[in-house]
Amino acid sequence: MKTFISLGAFALFGLSLSVHAASGADSYNMVEKGRYLAVLGDCTACHTVPGKPAFSGGVSIETPFGKLVGANITPDPETGLGHWNFDDFQAVMSEGHSRRGKRLYGAMPFTAYTKVTREDNRALWAYLQTLEPVNNPVETNQLPFPFNVRTSLIGWNWLNFTVGEFVPNAEKTPQWNRGAYLVEGLGHCGTCHTPKNIIGGDDNDQFLAGGDLQGWIAPDITSNPHSGIGKWSNEDIVEYLKTGANRFDIASGPMAEAVENSTQHWTDEDLMAVAVYLKDGQKPSPAPQPIAADDPAMVAGKALYADRCSACHVPNGEGIKTLFPKLAAAPLVNSTDPTSLIRVVLAGSRAGGTEAAPTGPAMPAFAWNLTDENVADVLTYVRNTWGNAAPAVTAGEVANLRESLQ
Amino acid sequence: MAKKLPSTDVVVVGLGWAGSIIANELADTGLNVIGFERGPWRDTASDFNLAHATDELRYSRRQELMLRTKQNTCTMRNKESETALPMRVWGSFHPGNGTGGAGNHWAGITFRFQPEEFRLASHLKERYGKEVPAELTLQDWGTTWEEMEPHYDAFERLAGVSGKAGNLNGTIVDGGNPFEGARSKEYPNPPTAQTYAPTLFAETAKNLGYKPFPVPSALASQAYTNQLGVTMGPCTFCGFCTNYGCANYSKASAIVNVLPALIRKPNFTAKTNSEVLKVVMDSTGTRATGIIYVDSSGEEWEQPAEIVVIAAFIFENVRLMLLSGIGEPYNPIANTGTTGRNFAYQTANSVRMFFNDKNFNPFIGGGAIGMGIDEFNNDNFDHSGLGFVGGGSTRVTPIGAPPIDSRPVPPGTPNWGAKWKKATVENYLSSMSIGCEASSYTTRNNYLSLDPNYTDPHGRPLLRITFDFPENDLKMAQYCTNKVVEIAKAMNPREFVPAPRKGPWSNTSYQSSHIVGGFIMGADPKNSSVNKHLQVWGVPNLFVVGSSAFPQNPGYNPTGTVGALAFKAADAIRRLYLKRPGEMISV
Repeated sequence: MKTFISLGAFALFGLSLSVHAASGADSYNMVEKGRYLAVLGDCTACHTVPGKPAFSGGVSIETPFGKLVGANITPDPETGLGHWNFDDFQAVMSEGHSRRGKRLYGAMPFTAYTKVTREDNRALWAYLQTLEPVNNPVETNQLPFPFNVRTSLIGWNWLNFTVGEFVPNAEKTPQWNRGAYLVEGLGHCGTCHTPKNIIGGDDNDQFLAGGDLQGWIAPDITSNPHSGIGKWSNEDIVEYLKTGANRFDIASGPMAEAVENSTQHWTDEDLMAVAVYLKDGQKPSPAPQPIAADDPAMVAGKALYADRCSACHVPNGEGIKTLFPKLAAAPLVNSTDPTSLIRVVLAGSRAGGTEAAPTGPAMPAFAWNLTDENVADVLTYVRNTWGNAAPAVTAGEVANLRESLQ
Repeated sequence: MAKKLPSTDVVVVGLGWAGSIIANELADTGLNVIGFERGPWRDTASDFNLAHATDELRYSRRQELMLRTKQNTCTMRNKESETALPMRVWGSFHPGNGTGGAGNHWAGITFRFQPEEFRLASHLKERYGKEVPAELTLQDWGTTWEEMEPHYDAFERLAGVSGKAGNLNGTIVDGGNPFEGARSKEYPNPPTAQTYAPTLFAETAKNLGYKPFPVPSALASQAYTNQLGVTMGPCTFCGFCTNYGCANYSKASAIVNVLPALIRKPNFTAKTNSEVLKVVMDSTGTRATGIIYVDSSGEEWEQPAEIVVIAAFIFENVRLMLLSGIGEPYNPIANTGTTGRNFAYQTANSVRMFFNDKNFNPFIGGGAIGMGIDEFNNDNFDHSGLGFVGGGSTRVTPIGAPPIDSRPVPPGTPNWGAKWKKATVENYLSSMSIGCEASSYTTRNNYLSLDPNYTDPHGRPLLRITFDFPENDLKMAQYCTNKVVEIAKAMNPREFVPAPRKGPWSNTSYQSSHIVGGFIMGADPKNSSVNKHLQVWGVPNLFVVGSSAFPQNPGYNPTGTVGALAFKAADAIRRLYLKRPGEMISV
């Protein structure tokens, strides 16, 4: 009962503040909409340290250029956004400019957020204004010289950034357009799933074709049937985003966090719109040829698979739904870049637990009892069996990742 | 002086099967629930990771999952005239520790008790009259099969039990156990596949006219998602099962089947490494106001609550009642009091066989994968003129044969050296055994009390066990083992070794962790401690749940009934108590 009363008080407090941000009788709806938009954008991933007050900042983001830290975005006047107005916030979202013209780094995915409508930004802002102000100073820019000089971002923006709200495609359905808006905008899927150019900008010719981050590979989520999710139905995509697992795969690594914090809370309609958009434009593409089964690496890998992997992933690579990922026809397995695969074998990984699939199973770490060659062989076997086909993994690739994980 | 915390709706002590089930059921009503666990938080992904879960030295020899005797143990003696001594190493049984409790290292055998069990004293009196041995203090449970059945079903669905119905709504079904009570539903999963030893046993038993059936198993035969949304993987027969946590999410436990869903609920809190010292009572002694616990830094706290549920392992359930002065301590000489009364165990018998021409691949197996017969169990056969009552579940369940523990050699083999090694090699693959897990019936002399000499690190008296096998049970053990020998002979081994349970009870070898009673349920507060809703007589907001409530132990493993009683208590609290807090049964 006490909890209920205090929650009620908090809501009232929030309401009175939101009147300031968006006057009018509709402020409740506006705040609620903003709360949902904050979930869509997974703002918490970078702006909330687990166990600390919501959106009070401090999450470290490792980039190839150094460390950036998520800002305190509570309305605290001293250390948060207390002195900001809506136009300041709109400038951040659409132009990547902070208050007084300070340029933001691309870790804040404004190249995607620029597509968010002004109307949605108003709702987001209204919601942020209802947060408890938290005094928590955060030094967001912890990059080394010369990357810490924000004027370097002028050129970066010129090369990598096109300002502008999402423009619906009149030839597509409203559902498709909603999906495109979410994927390209607040959902900022491309931030991880689109390959980066040498200065960290999105290579949009390969939109959603897979990206390298934090020692993981964000797999190809285009409709390519071999390396992407072309074999997944719309329902499979919705189930994956809603529960963290479907008959093909289980989210782990950074995607497990994205599912736990964000996509499991999206509405089914929004998830279906995402599926419709991602699946659009599926083109038949010739499947690559697998490595021959009598290749020495394949023979060694087969034996290792039987001993070390088959108990969970089962002998034919089909896995167990929601517990042990299917390896046959899995985009990550067929990805040209085996980084994530090597990583989960060496270091293990834990799936996200969701309301619908609470278990959160784990992949054990095998770094201590498989050699680089063992790992390379077993992955080569997995990547070229049961309909999979992908380049062999080398012991050198395993050795490199092993070193970087230590 | 314990510091007082803000009050909560429900306190649950112990987060094994019983506590987790009740906490989950009550959290679903919206009540704020705090679960206390003296051990650590355990979780399959981190604690039973496949890369290290199959470590015999760590889990079996060094008993990683068991309570440390330094933290808490029992003292034991066989009879009143002896001075009890503390168990410094677990031998006869294995109390668990941490979330999941003993339900992590269990075998997974999930029988229901039979309808007659719930009115055993009445039933045996009706059938045998004065023939029932006078030493026994058997009792009815104060409940009925009809009242238990839905809760057995709920537990089987929660745990994803694999099996084959033998009596579906009163119709006997071929291939199942024809002696089971009428069940409302088939098992949620089909039986597991069988290895060679149980298959050979079942064939032989069938030829002898018995009705073999797959042992009901909480090791999932296929992928299974339960009513809470958690998923089990199919059992891989890895052979590291009893004494181990399961790496494949195949063996049901609170940590696989309940806690992943429960811990997500915002109105549930788990306090681990927090040992509950006592139940706090109000001045009238008719209301529990909460509990006192000590955290891992030695700080004492009082947690007030509206409802207190004690659902620890049997020993701690009874000890907490004795330490908190709840119920009158049982006195075997005066035959007064109820707390500590009717303590019983299990009577474990076996026949080991050595063959020349068989290969059982004994390393393939799991705690509950096997075949059984029930012809010699409980009152399934006529005891007239036998001089005893009770019986046992006869079965072959090869749990796996790990390299340190499993060295079956025939009698006469030296204990070490070249001859022992040779005998190990010759017999490892070609030996199997038939077990008979038999009933343990209560007597006036077997009971639990506080030890007058030994204390735990907090200065509280240890629990003292006074127990030995009654004459009745020793006779039963010999009779049932003789019956098993007949089957063993028909399997045509080179050699067989019958091992009927003999007295005295000791701590030198493992027998079973099926320990029951001491705070038993019944219809009369004069000879029982809790009513059929597991509500303590005279303290209506206090519930004590677990095998401590069994008035005696039939020839079955207890966990299925512990789970059913947990659902039963939760159901009564939800359906009756919350609407009208107070005694749910007035006598």
